[in-house]
Amino acid sequence: MEAAANKSEIIEKLKKDILLMQGFSAVLDHGRPDIGLGPMEKAFPNHIFPTAAVHEFVSANASSSAATTGFMAGLISHLMKTEGTCLWIGARRQLFPPGLKAFGISPDRVIFIDLQRERDVLWAIEESLKCGALTAVVAELKEISLTESRRLQLAVEKSRVTGFLHRCNPQKTNPIASVSRWEISPIASNLEAGVPGVGYPRWNVELQKIRNGKPGSWQLEWSAGRFSHLTTVATSNTFIQQTG
Amino acid sequence: MSRRYLTIWFRHLTTDQLAIRKPELKGEPFVLAAAERGRMVVKACSAAAMDKGIEAGMVLADARALIPNLEVLDDHPLRGEKLLRALAEWSLRYTPIAAVDLPDGLILDISGCAHLWGGEGPYLKDILSKLRKPGYEVRAAIADTIGASWAVSRFGKISPVIEPGAHIDALQSLPPAALRLEAPVLDRLQKLGLYQIRSFINMPQRVLRRRFGQDLLNRLDQALGLVSEPITPIQAIVPYQESLPSLEPIRTATGIEIALRKLLEILCQRLFREGKGMRKGVFKGCRIDGELQQIEIGTNEPVRNVGHLFKLFELKIATIAPGLGIDLFVLEAPVVEELSIQQESLWAASNQEHLAIAGLLDRLAGRFGANTIHRYLPDQHHWPERSIREAKSLQEKPAIDWPEDQPRPLCLLPRPERIQVTSPIPDYPPMLFIYKGTVHKIRKADGPERIEREWWIEQGLVRDYYRVEDEQGARYWVFRSGHYHDAEPEWFIHGFFA
Repeated sequence: MEAAANKSEIIEKLKKDILLMQGFSAVLDHGRPDIGLGPMEKAFPNHIFPTAAVHEFVSANASSSAATTGFMAGLISHLMKTEGTCLWIGARRQLFPPGLKAFGISPDRVIFIDLQRERDVLWAIEESLKCGALTAVVAELKEISLTESRRLQLAVEKSRVTGFLHRCNPQKTNPIASVSRWEISPIASNLEAGVPGVGYPRWNVELQKIRNGKPGSWQLEWSAGRFSHLTTVATSNTFIQQTG
Repeated sequence: MSRRYLTIWFRHLTTDQLAIRKPELKGEPFVLAAAERGRMVVKACSAAAMDKGIEAGMVLADARALIPNLEVLDDHPLRGEKLLRALAEWSLRYTPIAAVDLPDGLILDISGCAHLWGGEGPYLKDILSKLRKPGYEVRAAIADTIGASWAVSRFGKISPVIEPGAHIDALQSLPPAALRLEAPVLDRLQKLGLYQIRSFINMPQRVLRRRFGQDLLNRLDQALGLVSEPITPIQAIVPYQESLPSLEPIRTATGIEIALRKLLEILCQRLFREGKGMRKGVFKGCRIDGELQQIEIGTNEPVRNVGHLFKLFELKIATIAPGLGIDLFVLEAPVVEELSIQQESLWAASNQEHLAIAGLLDRLAGRFGANTIHRYLPDQHHWPERSIREAKSLQEKPAIDWPEDQPRPLCLLPRPERIQVTSPIPDYPPMLFIYKGTVHKIRKADGPERIEREWWIEQGLVRDYYRVEDEQGARYWVFRSGHYHDAEPEWFIHGFFA
């Protein structure tokens, strides 16, 4: 019995050591950032959303791109709290700053870098990820190779900045050196019975890959400035409803 | 030693300058006008317009009656003053003491300067020819007192150079307006038939004071040199420039870096003393074969931190071709701005973080150009394209709160795109729409939110916005352009909700 307990203890310790070697140490020591994902956080290593890492988001079309942007904005608002700065880098930006307000980000705290060419984006991302004063860096780009993504990973390990790579409609989803890969798609919103109109944004969040964690799929809603989990799948309303 | 003064009078200061800048205006009648008490008043007019009877202070409508095709340009209240300051700085090459005489003149104290040009005549000629060459219409005079030279430059008819001690004689035949008097005093003199200074210059002081006030006596004394008249000379700004010669020509990048760092340290110390920061910097290297190599940097906000500026220059040092060696380094800051010792920082909790972000943005701007960096603030417009404006600086805070009352999409198309819709009921959202060949059946909808076009900016149709959700759960922002009753209302998609 004692030996068994020892064994599990040793395994637990070894696991932690491995995580430490992989650069997840600072998160354990500092106050854990409350990302507000609730039960979903069990999927992450140490049950903590990995900051100081590069997350990859893949979207296929304009509407899922908007959903991905919304989900990212929700995460960033928790990271930024009231006093962070976020950099938004891209070559063909569609983001409408006032839309960020609904996700708890004051749009004037976001600095947009609108570049002409896709290949400039990589240089700008790497340079920004090296700047430890930023809270988060969001980059919208199409293609990135494994080698290029490794450089980004090295940059965040030093600066402890969280990077979000949003790959809109990539030609091929090649593996890159990111801590996770997400795919977000919108699902039908639901209001209480009898209330007409469009409800709060809802997404199907698919965590396809997470280093040292368990991938999975969840359905989330963004309401009143935080994420909440859906217990039942929303049934779509068949009537056209109108307000106003 | 007696003092000598030179007064320059620009007859059409601002209009001459405009004609120099825009050669097509040269010789044309045009005026500068500004609103005053609810009407447009002529503030300055060109020589050609003056010939036709237009003068400053006239109502613009009257001037237009004289010349129907009169060119009218907006006047800026500080235009003349700024220009005079620049001209005064230019005239520092003739004398160390130069002052601005508003609204249209310069006063130079030329005591002991003229002999360098071979006497007062050639000296005056040199200044006037240099000013007349680009197109300024100027008159000038030299005399023992400011008052006398002012009078002669405006009203003198014989010689512009009044010999020492002769200014009293020169004043005799001039009209009283030459004494820089107020209009009511001039009116009174006119009424009494005192058309020339000689008619009252010898009157007893108490008589003059009782009838015309102390001001006339003061001006008379100033012109005669009985009391001294102080002037406020302009202080020219020493250019922000440092140079570093080297004994041996420098050819290595390390050597260039050492030179740059030394120059930055000297310049930043001066900037610190004066409470300024650099916005633009130029680093030049003079090669021994006579070629000039230079690199430039710009910053997003005033900076006087050596490390920060060095990093910006460092990115470009590789573009310097040292050739056989560089023997003189020059660092200039052509654009500097005020920078308080404790710059308040909105951006980060600590100043250190703020500097780090500013440094990053400067590097990005240095590589891609300053127009790639944007930050937005809310603007007081409902029209979506105009609801945000670009922030002028990193410190600027929003003047109004970000509006939250109406839903706004997270992604907005650069311009609305046409969609085909089926909308059976007036003022109801469509049942389905076709966008890029795909049919979207609408399940839920909010709206309409009518946004009127701002007629004072542009004409056009209103927009009725609907927030719709299709059967896949994707949410869109669509609008109908114009009212439903219009023949064929067009529908557009404008954005995507999360």
